[in-house]
Amino acid sequence: MKRLSRFRRHRAVAPLLLVLALFSIGTTFSVAGASTSSPLTAAEKSALIDEGQRIFLKGCSSCHGLNAEGGGIAPSLIGVGAASVDFQVATGRMPMADMSTQAMRKAPVYNEKEVEALAAYVASLAPGPGIPGEEHLNYERDGSTAEGGELFRTNCAMCHNFAGQGGALTQGKYAPTVMGVEPRHIYEAMITGPQSMPVFSDKTITPEEKLSIIKWIKAAENEPQLGGAALGRVGPVTEGLLVWTLGLGMLVGVAVWLAMKAR
Amino acid sequence: MTARERIAGSVANYVDERTGAAKWMKKNLTKVFPDHWSFLLGEIALYSFVILLLSGTFLTFWFDPSQREVIYDGSYEPLQGLEMSAAYASTLDISFEIRGGLLMRQIHHWAALIFMAAIVVHLMRVYFTGAFRKPREFNWIIGVGLLTLGIVEGFLGYSLPDDLLSGTGIRIAEAIIQALPLVGSYLAFFAFGGAFPGEAFIPRIYTVHVLLLPGAFLALITVHLMLVWYQKHTQYPGPGRTEKNVVGYPLLPVYMAKAGGFFFIVFGVTAFLGAVASINPIWLYGPYTPAQVSAGSQPDWYMGWLDGLVRMAPPLESYIFGYTISWNILIPGLIVPGILFTGMALYPFIESWITGDKREHHLLDRPRNAPNRTALGVMSLTFMLVALINGGNDIIATTFDLTINQIMWFSRIGIFVLPPLAFVITKRLCLSLQRADRELVLHGRETGRLVMMPHGEFVEVHEPISPEKAWLLTQHEQNPPLALEESDLRGVRRPGVLKNKLRARLSKAHAVSIPKATAEDLKEIEHH
Repeated sequence: MKRLSRFRRHRAVAPLLLVLALFSIGTTFSVAGASTSSPLTAAEKSALIDEGQRIFLKGCSSCHGLNAEGGGIAPSLIGVGAASVDFQVATGRMPMADMSTQAMRKAPVYNEKEVEALAAYVASLAPGPGIPGEEHLNYERDGSTAEGGELFRTNCAMCHNFAGQGGALTQGKYAPTVMGVEPRHIYEAMITGPQSMPVFSDKTITPEEKLSIIKWIKAAENEPQLGGAALGRVGPVTEGLLVWTLGLGMLVGVAVWLAMKAR
Repeated sequence: MTARERIAGSVANYVDERTGAAKWMKKNLTKVFPDHWSFLLGEIALYSFVILLLSGTFLTFWFDPSQREVIYDGSYEPLQGLEMSAAYASTLDISFEIRGGLLMRQIHHWAALIFMAAIVVHLMRVYFTGAFRKPREFNWIIGVGLLTLGIVEGFLGYSLPDDLLSGTGIRIAEAIIQALPLVGSYLAFFAFGGAFPGEAFIPRIYTVHVLLLPGAFLALITVHLMLVWYQKHTQYPGPGRTEKNVVGYPLLPVYMAKAGGFFFIVFGVTAFLGAVASINPIWLYGPYTPAQVSAGSQPDWYMGWLDGLVRMAPPLESYIFGYTISWNILIPGLIVPGILFTGMALYPFIESWITGDKREHHLLDRPRNAPNRTALGVMSLTFMLVALINGGNDIIATTFDLTINQIMWFSRIGIFVLPPLAFVITKRLCLSLQRADRELVLHGRETGRLVMMPHGEFVEVHEPISPEKAWLLTQHEQNPPLALEESDLRGVRRPGVLKNKLRARLSKAHAVSIPKATAEDLKEIEHH
């Protein structure tokens, strides 16, 4: 590593890295494209489901039951669909760290392959919403930011706050921030309604509208700090705090200084 | 006489012959003001008011106070093509199209927050030092009026842009109006010119915000300052300071220079905040639609306590003779604030009734020497603080991993328990401080120097304090409580016995104090 880092400021590094990056993106794209274009064969699929069941029995069945039928502390997973599994497991919410009020986002326990297998297994139990493919998530092409903002304020802001920063619900539950969430997971959350969130079916919010919401969220993530420090984008509470600490602090400090006896 | 002096003299003479100002100026420009940092807190409020006038005038050049529907086609992309009111669209234009517009908006809003905060700390200074006592009761009432108007003016101001947050605030204000029994719904209809939100409200509150209330402010501030001028400023006790004099600096040049400089510093701090910290980012809130609401919708801080009271109110409602009375809005939204502000305005009269003190006071109290008043003040502040905290309960819950319900129950119980607790603690602290003062006068300052006596005993050397300090610690009056006999000499009960009983009891509580050190005490100690 050390030997390599000697060259990190070399003239050729930038173009080389660029070529490398382009190459890797290109190959990833072709590999990913190829995998979507050729669906799994029946044998591959059943192998995947078996793999998923193995993971399920090891990691999930103690709460969700040996056949995903649910139990006293966890809901049945029959019919929740692959989308639900992908959202809950790939964002690290499942398996839960503790049985407190709400599963929170954390580093995922299973890797992509394992999540895929788990999702395939749960989806095989009963039909349910599937994982949206890349071709359905082209929000840059199919969405509209302004419309997305309007939809977000109508349907989402009451829990997730006007800027998607999240907000409090009752009894310690909360709507998490939607900043930095994968477009796929935002979409899955809308169609599966995890935890306290309602389901926004395609009749309530059409797929195009969902993409608009995602586009607005992505725009909100990159919203520049117009007007200076954003103060958390939670409204007047932080503004009031700043005025009583920094604002009045400075002014009273100056007042003390002005009234000091000349020495 | 130099040429310059000659010219200056003839200019002054020219003006004086036409205005007769020389005599008045000579008398008033040398007027003496006492110097203390806490006397500058009101000035912060005054200067932020000037900043508000200037920046507000700038904003009126482009603001369109109309709820007419327009399609936004300005430069802020996430809102392009949306229907919104002209008020909101023009506020977006001020923020993004007008050069310096966003900075001015932010200066205006920060100045408003500073204005209200400065009024509150100024009020605290006046209250805790007893500066409201005779002859300054009227000025106290004017001050309470300015505070109340400030809350209304601020609320109307942030309601004007017609963004999602301000619309939510107006909706709550409408609910509070409607909570008035019998007349509420009619009043709401009058205010909004029909059903909420209508098209009349924003133009109306605009007139009130830029014309009526600023006019009222100017008038009240003028009277406020004229009374200070006429009655002269109070001063802290100290050697050479009496009820009959004012010790300080003359207006010209010392105080004029300080005050003038301070204005620019206040302007600078406000402009600094406006430049570095975003406030009321209306483009993020989006245009107002009655169907939308954001999580964590809050009012500005000076309304936060009111929101907090409404949030903690249990859902009480009664249905009487076909009328719904929403106690959950009526009590926290109107009755409690009404009692609080009326009580605050009347406090000077209440205290003078309790103490029976009808004399003029120009020397301020040290807060510890009026334990009851100080404790009452801290109690009121505690009440407000609990309410304010509950006003931000959702933000606090998400920030500190608490639940809204915990905070709400904390507030519901705390609003009754904590203020009395604060009263008791503060009163005891004041009395302890009095005791410490007495110790200091009688035994002097602890030097930290230990001396071993010939017989082996260790003693700490105490140094007598300076006569000035001793004066400061012993100058205050300690008046006995009112003696109100229940019956006269013949044993006949006096009229109004219950009232007198209450008054005597309050007076007794008010007069509780640690006897201050006297010359006799000191002599007695020296004797030993």
